Order: sequence, then structure tokens, then C-alpha cells
Amino acid sequence: MSQHPAGAADHGHGHHDEHENHGSLKAYVIGFILSIVLTVIPLLVVFQTNMSKNGIIITIVTMAVIQLLVQLLFFMHIREGEGPKYNVMTLILGLFIVVVIVASSVWIMSFNSVVQ
Amino acid sequence: MYASIKSFASSFFVTGDPLIYGADVSIVLTSIAVLFVLFYFKKWGWLWREWLTTVDHKKIGIMYLFASLLMLFRGGVDALLMRTQLALPNVQFLQADHYNAVFTTHGTIMILFMAMPMMFGLFNMVVPLQIGARDVAYPFLNSVSFWLFFFGAMLFNLSFVIGGSPDAGWLSYPPLSEMSGSPGVGENFYIWGIQISGIGSLATGINFIVTILKMRAPGMKFMKMPMFTWSVFSSSIIIIFAFPILTVTLALLFIDRYMGGHLFTMDGGGFPMMYINLIWMWGHPEVYIVVLPAFGIFSEIVATFSRKRIFGYKSMVFALLSISILSFFTWVHHFFTMGSGADVNVAFAIATMAIGIPTGAKVFNWLFTMFRGRIRLEQPMMWTLAFIPCFVVGGATGVMLAVAPADYQYHNSYFLIAHFHQVLIGGVVFGYLAGIYYWWPKLFGFKLNERLGKYAFWLWNIGFYVCFMPQYALGFMGMTRRVYTYGWDMGWGPLNLVSTIGAFLMGIGFVFQVWQILYSVKYGERDTTGDPWNARTLEWSIPSPPPMYNFAVVPVVDERDSFWEDKERRDFAPAPPVPVSKLESIHMPKNSGVPIIFAACWFIAGFGFVFDWKWMAFSGLAGVGISLLVRSFTYDTDYYVPLEEVIETEKAAGRAV
Repeated sequence: MSQHPAGAADHGHGHHDEHENHGSLKAYVIGFILSIVLTVIPLLVVFQTNMSKNGIIITIVTMAVIQLLVQLLFFMHIREGEGPKYNVMTLILGLFIVVVIVASSVWIMSFNSVVQ
Repeated sequence: MYASIKSFASSFFVTGDPLIYGADVSIVLTSIAVLFVLFYFKKWGWLWREWLTTVDHKKIGIMYLFASLLMLFRGGVDALLMRTQLALPNVQFLQADHYNAVFTTHGTIMILFMAMPMMFGLFNMVVPLQIGARDVAYPFLNSVSFWLFFFGAMLFNLSFVIGGSPDAGWLSYPPLSEMSGSPGVGENFYIWGIQISGIGSLATGINFIVTILKMRAPGMKFMKMPMFTWSVFSSSIIIIFAFPILTVTLALLFIDRYMGGHLFTMDGGGFPMMYINLIWMWGHPEVYIVVLPAFGIFSEIVATFSRKRIFGYKSMVFALLSISILSFFTWVHHFFTMGSGADVNVAFAIATMAIGIPTGAKVFNWLFTMFRGRIRLEQPMMWTLAFIPCFVVGGATGVMLAVAPADYQYHNSYFLIAHFHQVLIGGVVFGYLAGIYYWWPKLFGFKLNERLGKYAFWLWNIGFYVCFMPQYALGFMGMTRRVYTYGWDMGWGPLNLVSTIGAFLMGIGFVFQVWQILYSVKYGERDTTGDPWNARTLEWSIPSPPPMYNFAVVPVVDERDSFWEDKERRDFAPAPPVPVSKLESIHMPKNSGVPIIFAACWFIAGFGFVFDWKWMAFSGLAGVGISLLVRSFTYDTDYYVPLEEVIETEKAAGRAV
């Protein structure tokens, strides 16, 4: 997936003329630093501050979502590519399944707190 | 010194059971025999160059196939041990703890180390050929996937003789699988064996999605793809969404066990039911992962052996894709009895029944394909015909289990055992066997012997019903799963004896299949045409076994079953040879030794974590990192097969003039 597409057999057309640009070094470094910062913030909040439990949870979730976007933009090249928008379709399906997993787990498990 | 070695060895190796000493001896003898053959015939170089470092999807598929047959043997022996123990009341063959280990490894091996690799073997052997590609999209990653599966499976199987097998059930429910319930290393073997092979499974899912999206022959639009390719596509979608859930769940269990976490423990605010919720979120889609490709295989076989186009192609595609989405909405039916309340249970009961609709539609499509077809009863078709009634009964008992209030009666009884064996053997195993019989001549160049195959077929089929029909009744009579013995007063003796006889019939069927393979290597009917079944899809347009580059000239597709339409147009005369001027040198990936070393490093790391030997775990992980770096800085990954070699190969196969 990097510079040389892992020897993908390409129907004998030989050369990879339509080589897509896979981002610059600058973008990767920015993405890397942002990821580290976004990971350190929750750690600091948990270990170094006296924020309330809800505040901590909200901070962690927010940082996680921003981190997800950073990964998509800087490493997964979500803005690139032409043709059918496979990546957008896949993301929507992925998002849908994540929502199903989280929401229904809360729903399924909430009965536990009702009976206790 | 001697005393300390002795005390280490007595806890390191499993001791005390004659069965395990027998296994020790056979492992040592087999290893010595293999090493002897390799040294004596000087085959090390050949093994390394042709197999261990290969990135050829056909060879990787064959390795998957044989590894999975080996695992079928191991899982099958586990099954026969259990059936022997249960044959009569109060049998003293296995002790309770040994029985626990045997049913745990039986389940885990059959699903994760038998069904999954056999499925990946069929993916690899067939999909690139069927879509007119020369390899998968990421051949190197494909090899990585295989070796991760292989070393994961070896790590898991090692627990039988070293350290002790896991014995908390095939899904390792906490709190039993926590340190409090399983202080030994068995559960660590479970976690690391599955984690290592699970990464490989995820990678294979991604690999085949990309292969199918990007590598189809020119003109092969989505709605012109063969049904098996469609089923692999839907199965791969489920893999990439479901396997991360498994990985995370087992990682959380590992945190509990290794670092003293309290995620799923009974005390410290743990939440054991959350594990069951999470693991079934993978576990239910998993059964559709393995069964969808079997559906695809049946669709190919039914069309070929009825000499008709598949009935209702569009509805088949729609059914596959809707099953792959619906499969994520049914998982609670595995734990209705947890008591989540009526609203939750009803929602998931309805979702479970809904998934029966597309599945039922597929059954009707197969029947209508056969209707007024010219049916030939060859081995692949026999397994397909055996599948349909078996799967319909399994599906019907599945709908019974889906009724949440009634499930309180069936839950964890032998009724459930009979149900899921009926869909998994009747659906998955029959399907993969049908696929193996169907595509075997393509990969190996000869058919499997018909007479021995028929013995195996009838032994499997009769054995199946003799084994599992009594278990439905035993379930109603109150026999629960995982009991290791029972008394005369329960009245379960006669039916259990019948069931055990059926299990051994299936075991004899497997022996016949091994014999069939060995016999056919020498005497099997050779396939010189490349199209022994008069089939419909592209893989049959090339010689058997296919040349390393599959297609000398990339086929152009303009309709569904285009190979069949071509044959009809020229009135089934042999295809004209290709003029040499049309051939060209072919771009192919180079072999690499990195995948096997990478996976072996994971094995070392996993083994280190199992015994908490940090020096070993971290040196293994360091090896993993170094392998990744080496690969990242390897730029020379591909080459061109010279034109002369292509011409020579094609002429030898009679395909070029």
C-alpha cells in the first residue's frame, strides 16, 4: 500500500501509471503529533486532575472521536481516490454497526441495573 | 539442579493421563519421521522455496486445506472421545476435568482452526481464478495471514501436551475463565492462539474484499460475478466488522488475567455478562461467515450439475448481502436466558426469525435451479443434495430456538447441540466437502475416486442422522450439554449409545476420505481438459492445475457465466489455442520469507505471554517489529515472468500455437 503496491498482480499491464499520491511527509508528521497529543490529554485528565467522573468520560470520548477523524484524514486518505465512493459507503456501514453495537449493548445491559 | 528440572518439567508438561502420553509419543515419532524424510531426500530447499515462502494463492490455499483437514482430525478425535465417554451411563473413560478440556478444544478447533481455514483455503483456491485475476490483491499479506493462522493453531494445540488445555468452554465465559476460576495457563493458550490467528483472519477478509473490488477481469460487472465470489464478498464484509470485536473482547479478558483487571470479574465492579454480550457479537456473525461461502459453493455446483443457469441470481445476491447485515442483529438469541427483559428478547427473537427469510429464499432458488435441469449425480452434487434437507431441518429447529420464551426450555440442552451441529455439519462441512470435491481437479489435476467417495458420503450422511437425531430427543429428556457422565436412572443410556454409533460412522467416513485422497493421487482420473465437470465459470477455462500466473491472456467477460456461453457458441468444441503473438511477459509478486518469520515471532511472543516469561514475550515482539521493518524497506517485491517461459508453459499445455 505504500510506495510499491505489494506486488499486486495487475493484469499484465505492467506499469503503475496511475499511481495515486499517498500524502506528504508533512501530513504524516502532523497526524502523528496530533495523535500523540490526543492520547496524552485523557491520560493527564485521569491522572493529574480532579475532574468529575462524567467530565472524565466526556473528555475521553471526545478525544477518541477527534483521534478517529485525525486517523481518517491523515493516515487513511479518506479525501483521496476517484470512482465509486467505496470508502464513504464502508464508513457509513461501519458507523451504523458501531452505533448498533454500543446502543444495543447499553440497552441489553441496562436491565441489569433495573433488577439490582 | 536435577530436582528443580524435575519440578519444572512436571508442571510444564501435562502428566498423568495415558491418552496424553500416547499423544506425546506420536508427536515425537511424527516429528522425527518428517525431519528424517526432509533430510534424507534433501527437501529443505524445495520446501522453503516452493511452499514456506510462497505468495501464490493456489499454494496458500492448498496449505490451508491440508492444515484444516489435520485440524478436522484433531477436532474429530475430541468428538469421538466425548461420545465414547457418554456412550453408556457411569463410564470411567475420561475424568471430569479432562472432559471439560476435550469439549473446549473440540469447539474452538472445529470453528476457528477447522472451518475458518478450510473456508480460507477455498477462497484462495477459487476466487482469483473465478474472477480472472493472476493473484489476490495483496499476495504478501495473504502469506502473512496463512502463517498467522498456522502458528496460532499450533500454539493452541500445544496446550494439549504443554501446560494444560483450556477447559472453560469454547467461548471461555468469565468468571470461569478468569484467574479465580482458571488459574492455569490453559486460558492463556486460548487467548493467544485465537488472537494470533484472528489477526490473520481479519487480514484475509480485507484481502478478498479488495481482490473482488479491484481485480475482476475486464467487463465483469458486479452483477456478472459468479455466485461463489458474491458469497466470499459478503462473508468478507462480515469478517472485517466482526473480527475486531473478538480481538478487543479477548484483549480485555487478557487484561483481567494478566494485569489483574476487573472488567469481567465477579468482584471489583466487574461485569461478566458484558463479555458474553461482546463475544456473541462476534460469535453470531461468525456462523454466517462460515456458512455464506458454503451457500456460494452450492450455488455453483447446483448450476453446473443441473446444466442450467442459477435460478434467481439477483435474489441470491440480495439474500447474501442482507444476511451479512442482518447477522449483526441477532446475537442476543445466544443468551435469552440472561434475563434482559421481554423487550430485548422480543427484538432479537424477531431479528433471528427474519434472517430465516433470505436463507429460505436461497433454498427455493436451489430447488428451482434443479427443476427441469439435467441433473448429474457426481460427488459434489451428492453432497449438495444431502445438504438441502439437512439444513432445512437445522433451520426449522433454529426457528424453534429463536422463540425466546420456548428457549428457556431448550437453552443449553442437547436439543441446542443437535441444532447447531445440524446447521454446521449439514451446512458448513457438507458445503466445504462439496467444494473440495468440485475444485479438487482444478487444483491438483485429477478427480477424487468416485467409489471410495460414495462410501464416505453414505457413512457421513447415515452417521450424521444416527448421531444427532437422538440428541434432539435427549434434549427434551433433560440432558444438558457439558455433562461428563450420567446415571442409569436418567434413562438417557439407549439414545446416547445410538448417538455414539453415529459419531463413529462419521469417523469411519473421514477415514474413507483420507484413503480416497491417497488412492486418487495414484489412480485418480486425470483431468486433461481443464473442465472436467462441463462447468460454467472462468476457473475452468484454464488448464488443471493452472500455471503459476493463472491466465496467460486476461479474459474479457461480457455476460454472466461467460465461459459457458462461449462453449455454447462454439458448440462445445475445444477452445482454439491462442497465437503466440498475443502472449506477453507477466508481472508477478516475488516469494518472501518474511511472513513465516513474522508469524513465528508472534508464536514466540504468544508462548512467552502464556507462561508469563517476559524475556521470551518481549524478544518475540521485537522480532515482530524487526520483520515489519525489513518488509517496509524491501522495494524489490515483484518481477516479470519472461515471455519465453510463458510461451513454453502455454505450448506444453496445448494452449498456444
